[in-house]
Amino acid sequence: MAEPRRRRPVLRDELVTLAHGAGGKATRDLVDALFLAELDNELLAPLGDSAVAPPVGGRLALTTDSYVVRPLSFPGGDIGELAVNGTVNDLAVAGARPLWLTVGFVLEEGLRVTTLREIVSSLARAARRAGVVVAAGDTKVVERGKADGLYVTSAGVGILDHDVELGPGRVVPGDRVLLSGTLADHGMAVMIARGDLKLEGDVESDTAPVHELAASLVGLGDAVRWMRDPTRGGLATALNELAAQAGVAVRIREQALPVAPAVAAACEILGIDPLYVANEGKLVAVVAEEAAGDALALLRASPLGERAAEIGVVEDEPAGMVLLDTALGGSRIVDLLVGDPLPRIC
Amino acid sequence: MRYVDEFRDPVLARSLAAEIRSLVTPGEVVRVMEVCGGHTHAIYRHGLDELLPPEVELVHGPGCPVCVIPMGRVDDAIAIAETDGVTLATFGDMIRVPGGRDSLLQAQARGADVRVVYSPLDALELARDEPGRHVCFFAVGFETTAPATAITLLRAREEGVSNFSVFCNHVLIEPPLRAILETPGCAVDAFVGPGHVATVVGSDAFRFVPEEYGRPLVVSAFEPTDLLQSVALILRQLAQGRCEVENQYTRVVLPEGNTLALAAMAETLQLREDFEWRGLGVLPRSALGIRDELAAFDAERLFALPGRRLEDPKACSCGMVLTGRMKPWECRVFGTACTPERPLGTCMVSSEGACAAFFSYGRLRQPREEVTVGG
Repeated sequence: MAEPRRRRPVLRDELVTLAHGAGGKATRDLVDALFLAELDNELLAPLGDSAVAPPVGGRLALTTDSYVVRPLSFPGGDIGELAVNGTVNDLAVAGARPLWLTVGFVLEEGLRVTTLREIVSSLARAARRAGVVVAAGDTKVVERGKADGLYVTSAGVGILDHDVELGPGRVVPGDRVLLSGTLADHGMAVMIARGDLKLEGDVESDTAPVHELAASLVGLGDAVRWMRDPTRGGLATALNELAAQAGVAVRIREQALPVAPAVAAACEILGIDPLYVANEGKLVAVVAEEAAGDALALLRASPLGERAAEIGVVEDEPAGMVLLDTALGGSRIVDLLVGDPLPRIC
Repeated sequence: MRYVDEFRDPVLARSLAAEIRSLVTPGEVVRVMEVCGGHTHAIYRHGLDELLPPEVELVHGPGCPVCVIPMGRVDDAIAIAETDGVTLATFGDMIRVPGGRDSLLQAQARGADVRVVYSPLDALELARDEPGRHVCFFAVGFETTAPATAITLLRAREEGVSNFSVFCNHVLIEPPLRAILETPGCAVDAFVGPGHVATVVGSDAFRFVPEEYGRPLVVSAFEPTDLLQSVALILRQLAQGRCEVENQYTRVVLPEGNTLALAAMAETLQLREDFEWRGLGVLPRSALGIRDELAAFDAERLFALPGRRLEDPKACSCGMVLTGRMKPWECRVFGTACTPERPLGTCMVSSEGACAAFFSYGRLRQPREEVTVGG
């Protein structure tokens, strides 16, 4: 039985002040009236220095990620949702079932409390959708001008329910490369939302948890070799890392790459290659040739994977490189990105 | 995607490639220079060079605006950016271009206020938004981007914006083409003309190429099938013994160009006596500065600039590459001391630079030993 609760305080402040980070009454009110009100659960509620979790049988996956996206909200999502999905996806593509998250907020003095509440509320919704519990948190406030509204860091713990080993070491020539949906939605949505480019377009971030897609592929057993969520640096970067680590070549087909028309148009106008733009709700997987059909069917069975496609194949040579067969019948290298065409997108 | 897919149609591309094959004489190599860096980029990005027969050799030209800026001018821009109270606004490509000591990216890390803009008008807006700072726009580019600078200068004067200036590095396409054509032993047989420059100056502006130097030139758009069609038009001219300017980019380019843009340029910019080009040295009457009437907006008159001339690094062959006398992979430092990550020369910086385009997209297919030195 839970102990009777004291009444939740009401937060009357309109703006976050340095007092909210001082550890005293204002901090307590912020935590109780805002964070706990949105995120309440048995692990978080005691507000101890550590959340103490029950034992789980199995290997654990751990990950952490920081989120500094500008603007804080964009079509299709916001920084709160991103902070859950990004970390959940890192666990999911390691083959883990996400269990717990911790979140650390760095707030800028002067941030509107209503803005913060919307973001924490969205974070809570995303956590429920992904089936994870926010077990611990922290809040700090920095002076005006020292942070861009707010930054979030989240860490995650997941459990591996199976003994499938995923990794570049298991990728062999002949394996197929699958992508769960359209490329570049998130990066272009944020870029357009920023408004610097005076570009308008019907582009929404794809931020979403891919844990169910990943779990369905893990169900194929040893036939699934490697998975990644192609976030910062896009598909090109994820595949280059695979090629380098596995010592193989990855050959993809331009015509097989799904890109939404509005995203393709925005990329075209800005001279940006969608292969290098961040995704926040996609996974790329390498599976054995004979399992490719089943894997694709599994992905497509989920609404998140409707536009899944087989986009390429693993080859022997040239080791360490990613190649693209162009729609016109030529070919080219898909190299690692130099510099960052789109800073601060996640 | 409308207006794009039509120009990337694989079936049309294959039929154009077949037409090109039918127009070459086996064993007889035709050297075609694509003047514009945008063309170079498109060729490698779409793998077009693989669609061409060995008899068509593409030679990369000087039309990469970032690539032709000498190191001394980069140092001048850094000096402006490091002046107290000054914001330097620039196109993203210029940020990583190495000067004598380092680049604008490194100056930014040291504390200089460098901002990337997509248009000079955005720089003017920065000046309006931040009246306490002086905003200087680092203007680079051929005739393609000069009209936007011109319009911005006119607007700054009209609105009386007093905290705005332009560091003008606009260059002209004709002088480097003449320099290439006058290089003894110039082995370029024909030109794919720069479509964007021609949008401004008009296709007639290139008549000197066939009329004075006897080489056909086809003004070309930038999509893959455009480029293939332009190569086919060139080969047909050669086969029929014609030598003229043809306009493949009729959907945009007029013979007389964009008269409004040219008028704005004439009102704001004036021909310089001479200008230093990376790899080409000092070319007379090859660049534009700001007219005396607009001196109040001219960064070269407002700031004390170092204005030093710096020798290119000895190992760097950007000049040879820019003039089509050397292929990127023939340079001694290509892919070793000079990579897109740590560029020695400008051709390795911009995605329009021949070296960067080749390194990023094509470096697998041209083993050094199979290559003949052009020009």
